[in-house]
Amino acid sequence: MTDKLTKQEAPERGTGVAMVKAEGVHKSFGQVEVLKGIDLEVRPGEVFCLIGPSGSGKSTFLRCINHLEKINAGRLYVDGELVGYREHGGKLYELRDREVAMKRRNIGMVFQRFNLFPHMTALENVIEAPVQVKGTNRGEARERAVQLLERVGLADRAGHYPSQLSGGQQQRVAIARALAMDPKLMLFDEPTSALDPELVGDVLDVMRDLAESGMTMVVVTHEMGFAREVGDNLVFMDDGVVVESGHPREVLTNPRHERTQSFLSKVL
Amino acid sequence: MTADIDKTAGPKDTPAGPQAIKAIPVRHYGRYLTAVIAIAILVAIIYAFGQGKINWHAVPDYFFDSRIMTGVGKTLLLTVLSMVIGIAGGIVLAVMRLSKNPVTSAIAWFYIWFFRGTPVLVQLFLWFNLGLVFEYINLMPFYKDYWSNFMTPLLTALLGLGLNEAAYMAEICRAGLLAVDEGQTEAAHALGMSHGKTLRRIIIPQAMRVIVPPTGNEVINMLKTTSLVAQVQFAELFRYAQDIGQVSGAPVEMYFLAAAWYLVMTSVLSVGQYYIERYYARGSSRQLPPTPWQKVRAHLTSFSSRKVTV
Repeated sequence: MTDKLTKQEAPERGTGVAMVKAEGVHKSFGQVEVLKGIDLEVRPGEVFCLIGPSGSGKSTFLRCINHLEKINAGRLYVDGELVGYREHGGKLYELRDREVAMKRRNIGMVFQRFNLFPHMTALENVIEAPVQVKGTNRGEARERAVQLLERVGLADRAGHYPSQLSGGQQQRVAIARALAMDPKLMLFDEPTSALDPELVGDVLDVMRDLAESGMTMVVVTHEMGFAREVGDNLVFMDDGVVVESGHPREVLTNPRHERTQSFLSKVL
Repeated sequence: MTADIDKTAGPKDTPAGPQAIKAIPVRHYGRYLTAVIAIAILVAIIYAFGQGKINWHAVPDYFFDSRIMTGVGKTLLLTVLSMVIGIAGGIVLAVMRLSKNPVTSAIAWFYIWFFRGTPVLVQLFLWFNLGLVFEYINLMPFYKDYWSNFMTPLLTALLGLGLNEAAYMAEICRAGLLAVDEGQTEAAHALGMSHGKTLRRIIIPQAMRVIVPPTGNEVINMLKTTSLVAQVQFAELFRYAQDIGQVSGAPVEMYFLAAAWYLVMTSVLSVGQYYIERYYARGSSRQLPPTPWQKVRAHLTSFSSRKVTV
């Protein structure tokens, strides 16, 4: 680990070793090639937005970062370390499940469909991983969980089960759950796509707040407003390749590539 | 939820408010007819048994006989122990079958194939008669004894029923594990949980909702299947009832008695199942279904307010 981020010492954006680095990443599902050589770099403290039409491979790429999907070719690094493998003497060794799990502790993930544990209350959802994975004692984890729920504006819903919460509330609990592991990188897989339009704002507010605290975030999203306002970097993907990248304001207002233009003309 | 029968919303000229519809309800003559036929058949059956030479007094006389009570205890013990073996074995087998390891998966498949594919009575006789081919049991450093000392009727019954049950429970558990959304596994893995932890903390508790109802069915089935072990010299309710029947000269009456006891036990188990299902439903439905007692109370209070509680 090179540089660890805390809220207090948020570094200037765009400095230090890359938090995520992809070099020619390929991924196929059977015969279908979903990622056709992705090269990109996410720097610490940066909010990195991935946009593109559905089926363009952006979610798949996100899932490769914490090894929920195995890549077929190329190299993928998180915080300077290879994802899913160990390189030794010019050979690649697959990591054991335990080692993969160990690395995932440092990467929080928020899913499109929330994936909260339905048999646990909001508070229990947030406590679960610190207690079960890190071995934090229950009282401490509880205290921290209450703080996190407060931070996402749901302190009063701690005792509710996911089925008793609205979509927006569930997603905010899911963000608190991921933060409870003190990750140095947060992945968001279309966090607002399954929400009613009026609930989207609450979730984006929480994400904005998180970005301001200096968290490194990779966000797959269709929220162009969020990308423009909060994003430091934006990549437009189509058909498994990076078509265009740059500063969000630049790409969104002045797309150079034809495919970007036609996509943006439909969604903006 | 309370549903008021009040569907007269809409524009109205009369300021007096909505007027309830008064209509002549549909007459269901078929209901009266079937009720009459059913009662006639019931009366005929009762009359037939009344004509039979049945010593009805024998049933209450022996109902709480000490041998019968011992039998009831043994039947319950056997049911519980066999189900414990069955459920534990079933979960292990289900996890083995779903495992990525081809060896464990194949072993589980073979086990289920064998134990589900042969009748439980045949399996019981097999365990019981293994003594004919083995003189000793020799688990090298740990245990050595004559086979007949080792394979007691209780062990025979437990092995026969428990191992067979494990095969059925394995399929029930597998269905339960598969019913849990894949996103749950992903979320747990993304948080850094291991396979084992994910299974224990996240998947199995959710699978229980699917597993419990058919398992309740299996328990009731098991309770009744224990009557088979009378054939391998294990004395339980059915066996004692048969014995008493032969000695006292009231065999049919004792079968009535045994049937009544089985009914009592299965009824009690059904109630237990209801509460277990309710426990595992937490989180999955916004409001837990009411307990029978709550339902009774709701109905009692509803008489005054005339509301239909669903």
